[in-house]
Amino acid sequence: MTSPNLRIAYRFLTAKKRAMVMSLACTILGVGLFIVTQATTSGFERFFTKTILGINGAIRIEDKIQDTMRSMAAAGGGDSHFARRDGVKYIEGIEEPQALMTAVREFANVRGVSAVVRGNVQLQSPFKVEDAQVFGIRLEDHLRVSDLAEQVTNGSLEDFRNSPTGALVGRVLADRLQLAVGDSLVISARGASRRVQVAAIYETGYREVDKTNVYLHQPEARSLLKRPSGATFLQISLHDPARAPQDAARLEQVLRHSVKPWQEREKTWLAVFRALRISTMITVSVFTLIASLAMFNTLAMIVLEKTKDIAILRSMGYERRDVTRIFLWQAGIVLAFGAVAGALLGAVVTWLVSQVPLPINGIFKTDRFIVTWDPAHYAGAVLTAVVMVMVASLIPARRAARLEPGDIVRGTAQ
Amino acid sequence: MHVLKGVSFEAQRGQVYAIVGPSGCGKSTLLYLLGLLDRPDEGEIEINGRRMSNHDDAARTAARGEHIGFVFQFHFLMLEFTALENVMMPMRKLGRLPPAAMRDRAHALLDSVGLGAKTHRLGTQLSGGEQQRVAIARALANQPAILLADEPTGNLDVRNSNLVFDLLTRLAKDNGQAVVLVTHNPEIAQRCDVTRPMRDGLFA
Repeated sequence: MTSPNLRIAYRFLTAKKRAMVMSLACTILGVGLFIVTQATTSGFERFFTKTILGINGAIRIEDKIQDTMRSMAAAGGGDSHFARRDGVKYIEGIEEPQALMTAVREFANVRGVSAVVRGNVQLQSPFKVEDAQVFGIRLEDHLRVSDLAEQVTNGSLEDFRNSPTGALVGRVLADRLQLAVGDSLVISARGASRRVQVAAIYETGYREVDKTNVYLHQPEARSLLKRPSGATFLQISLHDPARAPQDAARLEQVLRHSVKPWQEREKTWLAVFRALRISTMITVSVFTLIASLAMFNTLAMIVLEKTKDIAILRSMGYERRDVTRIFLWQAGIVLAFGAVAGALLGAVVTWLVSQVPLPINGIFKTDRFIVTWDPAHYAGAVLTAVVMVMVASLIPARRAARLEPGDIVRGTAQ
Repeated sequence: MHVLKGVSFEAQRGQVYAIVGPSGCGKSTLLYLLGLLDRPDEGEIEINGRRMSNHDDAARTAARGEHIGFVFQFHFLMLEFTALENVMMPMRKLGRLPPAAMRDRAHALLDSVGLGAKTHRLGTQLSGGEQQRVAIARALANQPAILLADEPTGNLDVRNSNLVFDLLTRLAKDNGQAVVLVTHNPEIAQRCDVTRPMRDGLFA
């Protein structure tokens, strides 16, 4: 410790042990709670994001944009339907998926693209009939845009790969139809029926998906849905999913198809998570505010008790800015210890919370409390504490610096 | 309101001056003006031939650290620090000496005030007389041109008063420093080289 100001600050602070411990405790709690709340809140949000990206990918391309009368007329035949949304007309579906997939793969951020044929069907098991949606996929393509490989809970993906009439059935749907791996079921659509075999059962944790989605090999789905060409949508995965809105805008502009990033698709849930995050941040800010008030209180008390010491220092040649620094150093010392101890507390409590059993199944599936370990949370907590405590410390520090030594020595300091 | 009127005062190195007078006559005001702790509305203050009265706070503070030593009535030690640290405090701010030399000088000063064996005692562990002797050592730390003492013996018994006064004058004379002290004690005033009585803001 070489700086005389730091040395003086340390002694002033340690002379008021109880007040210092209070300030330190509040700072530790403020930093620790900030980290824990951020870790838990963003933990669920990130897990949700991972789940939905693992099901639906980062971007979906659907429906061609019908922007001229001529192209609208050209697209008039066949099964195409028109829709008008936000003043733009669309032709439903993807007419030339291969051409579009080739173009999509040119984008640097694109990791994979899968053409999917989708249709409404009825599933019939020996026990029950259920409405469902069939998704015709090329397995290798789809594995690059989803977490299907990790979602299989019963049976194996290899069995599906090797069985042209195999089906991947969602966990909830399989339970409702009382189906197990190896069982057969009948899928009906548009007056046609196919008997398929359950190759594997998957579980995404997103109940709506597990309740309705059945994956078939694309040729089987095309045959069932009577759709020999085209695709319902293209599912795309990205190296950096956070950039999906920018990539989607660019894709829409280039490909002239409706392109939706996952952030738009899931905006309702994301808004819920954002509200939750803001709410917890407000709560945590209150704790940090209490820490800064405790520091303010400690320093204000020290200023009152140390007026004579301030006068001595000023009479010995210590400048006003030295006095300010002495008080800001005190806040700095509390912050330094508070930040380290708070970060440790945050890490320990975050780990303990991550061990808490918490079965959730609905928009994702988990058995335990989900947390994230992100250095940004620690940096954010420390930065918040630094800003709030230092701002709160400025007032007593400046008050101390303004004291006139002559007034104090005469005993007339106010 | 004018506390001091037409006061002219000059202190020479090696001389001890006593300013005496009834309470409220302006003795302490004059001392704090000389010590650049207060700023005069009018008039001039020069230290080592350099006019300081109109300088800004930073320059006046720097001049205090370099040229002026203070001894107050109530010791004003920083009680969380040891005697040694108290004496080193002005040296650390001035930064003229390396740390080892500061320490040596502080030890020497405490030796000279008879506290060589108590250098590591906190202010709270020293008696009133000892605290005032540490304050004198501290005031001498940066070898100031002038020592200003406001009732330096006012809070001490007779024995300690004499001890502190002797120390103050001996050390200042040894080092060629001017000493200006405000006192109510006529015996102390009598022993100074020059006594300047004050009344109603004027030298009598």
